[in-house]
Amino acid sequence: MIAVAPGAEDMLKIRGLSKSYGSRQVLRDIDLDVPTGSVMCIIGPSGSGKSTLLSCINHLEPIDSGRVWVAGELVGYREHRGKLYELPEREVARMRRNVGMVFQQFNLFPHMTALQNVIEAPIRVKRTPPARAKDRATRLLDRVGLAGKHARYPAQLSGGEQQRVAIARALAMDPKLMLFDEPTSALDPELVGEVLAVMQDLARSGMTMVVVTHELGFAREVGDQLTFMDDGVIVERGDPRMVLAAPKEKRTRDFLSRVL
Amino acid sequence: MAEQAAQQVVKLRHPGTWMATVVVLLIVGLVATSVATNPAFEWPVVAQYMLDGEVLAGLRRTLALTVAAMVMGLVLGTVLALLRLSRNRLLSTLSWGYIWFFRSVPVLVQLIFWYNFGALYATISLGVPFGPALFTANTNTLITPLFAALAGLGLSQSAYTAEVIRAGIVSVSPGQTRAALALGMRRLMIYRRIVLPQAMRVIIPPVGNEVISMVKNTSLVSVIALAELLYTTQLIYSRTYQTIPLLIVASLWYLIIVSVLSVGQYFLERRFRHR
Repeated sequence: MIAVAPGAEDMLKIRGLSKSYGSRQVLRDIDLDVPTGSVMCIIGPSGSGKSTLLSCINHLEPIDSGRVWVAGELVGYREHRGKLYELPEREVARMRRNVGMVFQQFNLFPHMTALQNVIEAPIRVKRTPPARAKDRATRLLDRVGLAGKHARYPAQLSGGEQQRVAIARALAMDPKLMLFDEPTSALDPELVGEVLAVMQDLARSGMTMVVVTHELGFAREVGDQLTFMDDGVIVERGDPRMVLAAPKEKRTRDFLSRVL
Repeated sequence: MAEQAAQQVVKLRHPGTWMATVVVLLIVGLVATSVATNPAFEWPVVAQYMLDGEVLAGLRRTLALTVAAMVMGLVLGTVLALLRLSRNRLLSTLSWGYIWFFRSVPVLVQLIFWYNFGALYATISLGVPFGPALFTANTNTLITPLFAALAGLGLSQSAYTAEVIRAGIVSVSPGQTRAALALGMRRLMIYRRIVLPQAMRVIIPPVGNEVISMVKNTSLVSVIALAELLYTTQLIYSRTYQTIPLLIVASLWYLIIVSVLSVGQYFLERRFRHR
């Protein structure tokens, strides 16, 4: 665990975030602070809005009200005289480079090899020279334990390997913040450990991370903070050990008694 | 266990299959003998015209028409598919209307219609809308049989291709787009680099079929006096009265083109299959 220096700037700051799909409100007035270099784990029942919250952080979903700042920069909107104006595609795309995302279903590009998956965005989006991008991708793939499998296509890799390629792909853009959307939920039980190990390693290296997960062990060991969400609101938050061992709210207790 | 393993398995016999094979072989043999020995087929005439200069020129026009109409169909079809998937309701409705119209009217009717476009507008002008014309020409000099053929074949082909391409794009998981967006890629790049290459797997088999259909649909152009393969052979047999052998010449050439294309399609599909 990284001890957060007092006064360190928050990498992610969310204030009053609300979002509805039609008449169904999925997020209500969310506030969240994630200090630079810390790991925030989010748990909660399915349909509680955890994944939607992640999608709002890199503006994959537009928001109805509230503000999201990543590295001090307002995400997706420009504020002018008290109003929020949605930014053009180019600006949104530029901001998304700062935020890496890892999906439950991996979403690797199936027509590209592991290496091609990792170098695609650096070359196309950041205009990194191909030789340098390949060099970097090779090191990243080695780091997530895929040395010797660079030329494999996603279909030739196990779920755990695919997810580790997906992590390397996100890291290749040098993000300041990493979002994990239930990264181990689609994996066979025996493959969960290898992905969590890579994530733990990443947390140790000082990466700021927001992790939506059902792995309470990971939340306890690696998380600096734990947030419990239910029905679109943040019910409880705090030190993971405290929240998991002695939850204050009844809803948290009920949820934990069901999953433990 | 050992005793059981030693026992032999006797497969079920299928006497019906054998009888059917014999019957089919007999029929094929009868037809083949008849085709080979009936003098009315005039095989020497077929051989004489297979590599005839006039016929080969017609063949070249058929191939050129196929390529041109398919290129037109693919380019316009891709644009129509993207419009159809656009968030702008007007654009998607417009594309829907185009596809509806050009798929509904028979290609033969469209060809004749374009050929007679001069009856609708005697002259065609280019200029400022509702203002003065900068350029005016007689419709009949602009719309040659070739133009009418390309318009008729290409426009209706684009309507079919648009639906194939749209189905291909829709078949790609939305997670792919989300992943690409999260990496900071922009819409057009995502289409080009991520979505379309994956859609190809779904698009190529039906487009291969459409190319094969197009080779034969070009023969419709014979009604507007464009000397492609069929019309060329028709011109010859109207002089020589050797109708059957010349139709065989045309048929053999269509068979050859389609066979070559089928082989090409096989390799193209293999290339785009997921590894």
